[in-house]
Amino acid sequence: MWSYVTSADALPIIFAGLMGLSILLYVILDGYDLGVGILMRGAEPEEQDQMIASIGPFWDANETWLVLGIGLLLVAFPIAHGIILTALYIPVAIMLAGLIVRGVAFDFRAKVHAEQKYLWDQAFFFGSLLTALSQGYMLGLYIVGFENTLMNMTFGLLCGLCLAAGYAFIGACWLIMKTEGELQRKSVRWARIFVWVTAIGLALVSLATPFVSARIFEKWFTLPNFLLLAPIPLAAGALIIGLELLLRKMPLEGDRYHWLPFVGAAGVFLLGFAGLAYSFYPYVVLDRLTVWEAASAPESLTVILIGVVIVLPCILAYTAYSYRIFWGKVRELSYY
Amino acid sequence: MDALILARIQFAANISFHILFPSITIALCWILLFFKLRFNATGDDKWMDAYRFWVKIFALSFALGVVSGITMSFQFGTNWPGFMEKVGNVAGPLLAYEVLTAFFLEATFLGIMLFGANRVSNRVHTIATILVAVGTTMSAFWIIALNSWMQTPTDFVMIDGRAHVTSWLGILFTPSMPYRLTHVLIASGLTAAFLVAGISAYRWLRGDRAASVMAALRTGVYAAAILIPLQIFVGDLHGLNTLEHQPQKVAAMEGIWETERGASLRLFAIPDEETRTNHYEIAIPYLGSWILTHDVNGEIKGLNEFEGNHPPVAPVFFAFRIMVGVGLLMLAVSWLGAWQLWRRGETGRWLARGLVAMTFAGWIATVAGWYTTEIGRQPWLVTGVLRTADAVSAVPAPIVGMSLAMYLSLYAALLATYIFVVFFIARRAGEPATGEKTPGGLFAPDPSIARFREDR
Repeated sequence: MWSYVTSADALPIIFAGLMGLSILLYVILDGYDLGVGILMRGAEPEEQDQMIASIGPFWDANETWLVLGIGLLLVAFPIAHGIILTALYIPVAIMLAGLIVRGVAFDFRAKVHAEQKYLWDQAFFFGSLLTALSQGYMLGLYIVGFENTLMNMTFGLLCGLCLAAGYAFIGACWLIMKTEGELQRKSVRWARIFVWVTAIGLALVSLATPFVSARIFEKWFTLPNFLLLAPIPLAAGALIIGLELLLRKMPLEGDRYHWLPFVGAAGVFLLGFAGLAYSFYPYVVLDRLTVWEAASAPESLTVILIGVVIVLPCILAYTAYSYRIFWGKVRELSYY
Repeated sequence: MDALILARIQFAANISFHILFPSITIALCWILLFFKLRFNATGDDKWMDAYRFWVKIFALSFALGVVSGITMSFQFGTNWPGFMEKVGNVAGPLLAYEVLTAFFLEATFLGIMLFGANRVSNRVHTIATILVAVGTTMSAFWIIALNSWMQTPTDFVMIDGRAHVTSWLGILFTPSMPYRLTHVLIASGLTAAFLVAGISAYRWLRGDRAASVMAALRTGVYAAAILIPLQIFVGDLHGLNTLEHQPQKVAAMEGIWETERGASLRLFAIPDEETRTNHYEIAIPYLGSWILTHDVNGEIKGLNEFEGNHPPVAPVFFAFRIMVGVGLLMLAVSWLGAWQLWRRGETGRWLARGLVAMTFAGWIATVAGWYTTEIGRQPWLVTGVLRTADAVSAVPAPIVGMSLAMYLSLYAALLATYIFVVFFIARRAGEPATGEKTPGGLFAPDPSIARFREDR
């Protein structure tokens, strides 16, 4: 078993899976806190404090999934890492600027004069938005193959808007879970708006990918694949409609199911991700570089895999522990 | 300017900015743990007050370290794809282990350390502090292991132009690694100690006589006074190790062009690579050989033995002198401070001003030391394996220039804000705690204190 797992055939697939897992976790976890940042724009000052408090204990660790995802791309598929990040040089730089600004704004806002706090809140909003937009843009260009044509860039921008909306959607769902009263009702309204923009984004990417690559078209639109895969888009559609129906009634009496929209939103992200992963497999750079061509030496990947097998369960366990400690409605920001 | 030099400046700017914050957080977390353990042992509120004050500065420094660190992980790909293509088999696992064993640990338990005080027991809170301290130190271990391998690579073979590992233990513990790691960890200790001492002295000078201020001042000054002689000793060992494995770096550090016995110690000079001589040299005979080889007639190889294969001399020469100069200043100030505290229970006003001036002295020494070792490795990225020029990406110069300008302005603004905010927090902490001024904010009375005491 272990000898098969550590063979040159299996390792690249395992690492592609691990990288996918990290990116998916990043998109869900940092997605909600970026989304909360984007939604800050529509909130009152005291609500903003609560929103910040709801993500305070988590955002550092959430961003670490990005470092792990990019780190795995770097260490497992160094050639692809070079190609992708060189091609996306400018959006990467913009995203990093956004991440830096929002990360420090989060800390600075609590430590400065009241007058300046407003400025840092603005910085937090713009940093979060910029990060989301550039990530969506990068996703768009990654799908269409990096060429900087007007068509591709427009598609990238659309993806950017949709991903920002997606983050705002999952952020709103997070707030439904973590807050109460007026802010919670506001979050329900936000969620109902952004769920539809998210749906449009999903549809856009789903329709674009088959046209970019004939190979992807065939993977989806031949029998029996078409029938076997149909559950993915159907489930996503059903989930979105279900969410809309649920959100209409929220908050429910006694705040029942306050966690359900967040789980549903995570499900939507998961399905979108699964569709994309299926389309791309086994390529890490679409139709140019497969996971096997891009992979590092098996002995190095084996060494990392040992670490992953031991450490990743621990990470997941203490992450869960941390979420359990801070479970429940957000309290006053008792930050020291 | 060409893309290579721009990319190098950009990487240098990023890492210089980044290193400032880990160099604080690695050791500051152990100092926080010290405060916490003192509180647990004595029940004296001043230790918890000190903890609460310093954890704010810790959180701020940590956030800046995280965001600038993310930038680094992307720059490998955006600017230096040749690095991972050639030595990815070595560098990859080390970086992956850093993320897996350190980053998640730090980030997750920092959340509990900062926000969890009234949700967990005092014991869990202490454990969270320990785990964050362990995480930051682990992170230093992995990254220094990688850096040391780049300086003095061993235990690999080149197959088809890519490095393959022959022994992981050898990769982790290259000849320079134990010295570099110790040197860097003590440097972090000094950086944090001078920060704690400087900010406490600043509060004291402003008339803030809280017991926690004096406790932190003593902690900072005594820690610095203990660490600096250790650092000088370890630095000397590190120098001997470098002489053995990277003689061209030592030659540049000392400004020695011709191989000589009984080399003098150049206190000052302006090295000139055109004429391959020093101008305006002030030197003490034989001392150079004595320090480097512990023998007045010891031989030191000159730069001319490594022509075309040694680092640019002037930056290494000056960076090294700045580091040593700051180190000596640290020795003088911390020992004088420790003596005053010991004899009189407080420091004199002038010394306190000196401590304030040296609040960020650790940064200057750390960055200067880092430049010495990193520029000292040039023209190699991985000594003897990969030249820096061969690893750079094909991104056009104007685009690199643009991103560089963006990073530089962002970093300058953030650095200024950081220093301002640190001093601002210090001023605010001295004001009487008025809960209504910032409701639920920083200075509100904290209900967790009562909780802690019941638990103990």
